[in-house]
Amino acid sequence: MVESRKTTSPSAGPESGVGAHRPRTLSDKVWERHLVHQADGEPDLLFIDLHLVHEVTSPQAFDGLRLAGRTVRHPELTVATADHNVPTTDIDKPVADPVSARQLEVLSANCAEFGITCYPMGHANQGIVHIIGPELGLTQPGMTIVCGDSHTSTHGAFGALAFGIGTSEVEHVLATQTLPQMRLETMAVEVEGDPPADVTAKDIVLAIIGIIGTSGGMGHVIEYRGPAIRALSMEGRMTMCNMSIEAGARAGMIAPDDTTFSYLEGRPHAPKGKLWERALDDWRTLATDDGAVFDKSVTLDASAISPHVTWGTNPAQVVPIDGHVPDPSSFADPAEREAAARALQYMGLTAGTALRDVAVDTVFIGSCTNSRIEDLRAAAAVLDGRHVRTGLRALVVPGSHPVKAQAEAEGLDKVFVAAGFEWREPGCSMCLAMNPDKLAVGERCASTSNRNFEGRQGRGGRTHLVSPAVAAATAVAGHFATSADLP
Amino acid sequence: MKPVTVVTGRAVPLDRSDVDTDQIIPSDWLKRVERTGFGAGLFSEWRDDRAFVLNQPEFAGASILVAGPNFGTGSSREHAVWALLDYGFEAVVSPRFADIFRNNCTKQGLLPVEVEPALGRSLLDAVVADPSLELTIDVARGTVEAPAAGLGGSFPLDEFTRERFLNGWDDIGLTLRYGDAITAYERDRRPWMPTVTA
Repeated sequence: MVESRKTTSPSAGPESGVGAHRPRTLSDKVWERHLVHQADGEPDLLFIDLHLVHEVTSPQAFDGLRLAGRTVRHPELTVATADHNVPTTDIDKPVADPVSARQLEVLSANCAEFGITCYPMGHANQGIVHIIGPELGLTQPGMTIVCGDSHTSTHGAFGALAFGIGTSEVEHVLATQTLPQMRLETMAVEVEGDPPADVTAKDIVLAIIGIIGTSGGMGHVIEYRGPAIRALSMEGRMTMCNMSIEAGARAGMIAPDDTTFSYLEGRPHAPKGKLWERALDDWRTLATDDGAVFDKSVTLDASAISPHVTWGTNPAQVVPIDGHVPDPSSFADPAEREAAARALQYMGLTAGTALRDVAVDTVFIGSCTNSRIEDLRAAAAVLDGRHVRTGLRALVVPGSHPVKAQAEAEGLDKVFVAAGFEWREPGCSMCLAMNPDKLAVGERCASTSNRNFEGRQGRGGRTHLVSPAVAAATAVAGHFATSADLP
Repeated sequence: MKPVTVVTGRAVPLDRSDVDTDQIIPSDWLKRVERTGFGAGLFSEWRDDRAFVLNQPEFAGASILVAGPNFGTGSSREHAVWALLDYGFEAVVSPRFADIFRNNCTKQGLLPVEVEPALGRSLLDAVVADPSLELTIDVARGTVEAPAAGLGGSFPLDEFTRERFLNGWDDIGLTLRYGDAITAYERDRRPWMPTVTA
């Protein structure tokens, strides 16, 4: 790994038609396209092309509009769905938790009142907000996209500038379709080389977070670059950008290319006909220019990465699956040492234990990080003809109804069920345990989600972040494993 | 939000790094549709431990939280800020704040006081040693001081945010001054940008 400041982009062509412009990064270009107002001593005012809304961070924003007598400036640039609270079983029945039920009702009522499209529980388009934007073709290169959810960074996989906001900012975007933002610094993460066959986007991004830490990206937009990134599918790129926030970055981005365009073509909201051609011409100009300068840069070699597993209570506390639970005394920094000691206590782990010797109680495949069709295919490929360890709880929660339908069309649901997994309805589910899918105190989980924070998957629960393939192999083995470990 | 000029008070030392917003306000609390009443949920899982610093009587009534680096990481939930304010905190001191949390603070009038790591460490130690130690944070001057402990330093706040704190300005109101610029921008958007009608 090489780290440096102020590096110059070695690749990509200049944006056509701008002649004498200084070389710019992808994020500079998207930022500058959206400037509504710029003045010294003020944040830039950016236009927001797409505002995604869900039930948890929006009710107080709609209340704020009502109190101030304001309307939604562009309901047609706003799309809502129910995801955080929705149960993943019995979705044809009333939601059992009255507080969750009320929040879901409030979302539908607010959307009806303000004229916003809403995909409520059970709707054919409903799913995790960061899954449905891309699959509907709403997420396109060069856009600004916000949502009251930190994993909005996911959409940067298309070359959009996409970031999470708080409820006050949700209200601000609803009212004005703009957002005042201080310019962010840029950070290049170059991933060179070919990853080994069992290494996925999840492993690459966990390895990056392990290197740069939970604050490595703070104040920055990360642009993921290099041959290992170009070789990723859109699903893999979304996984990478999704986890940018776990490195502290506000956003992650990847320049759009033919992989992006072929994913988008024909999707419901993608441009059609002549507009598609015009859009393509435009999108090809977005890549970072030769000679553009990043404020910070990190390079790593994908061929040296192996599947990763977190051992602690933040995503930077991570090791390769061949590794061991570290000894807190091995950390030079006192804050890291203290955090490691606290994490081992919370996680019920002993320093020096091989990760492969750590047994799990539950396996969760889902979340906006890893619940797309490719993730389910990867897990099903490991599970085909195998069965989860006796006594282990295993659930798979597709990211959306379209993902679920696609998986069922491919017969993946049958593979999961035959292997002993529960095949559930779409939603955020056990990623953050706002619905009934929770860990019990002390329960240990291999999870394809994004956060291993204390209590994240249920009070006292112990979360280890892994890829879908490792999650599936771990379900079979009963302890952390890759498919190569299975008989 | 209401104007914030000077915060003076005792502090609670939270000597942990990477305090994420899931700890500040656990997700069970996010089901509420109101903006008030989140103070009871502040650090609710940690507060189950009787030894947790917020449960110690000598820190009752403090108005400043002094924490380790990387405060407010993770989820964008503004509920974390509402919970801190509702509990009675007016400022958080940390060597580094997560971006979204910091933004949320500035929208609600909770002061994010980003100090040099050495000062952060010294303030934590000083507050642990003397829970009655008084801190003063001055928004106009951009300073944090604990005179009785001989500690003090500056913290960054851009001029725009400083003025918003000092005057309690509403962000939406400020933006709507540029209504004409928004309208002008809207006329020239790329024609393929997606729209969804209800």
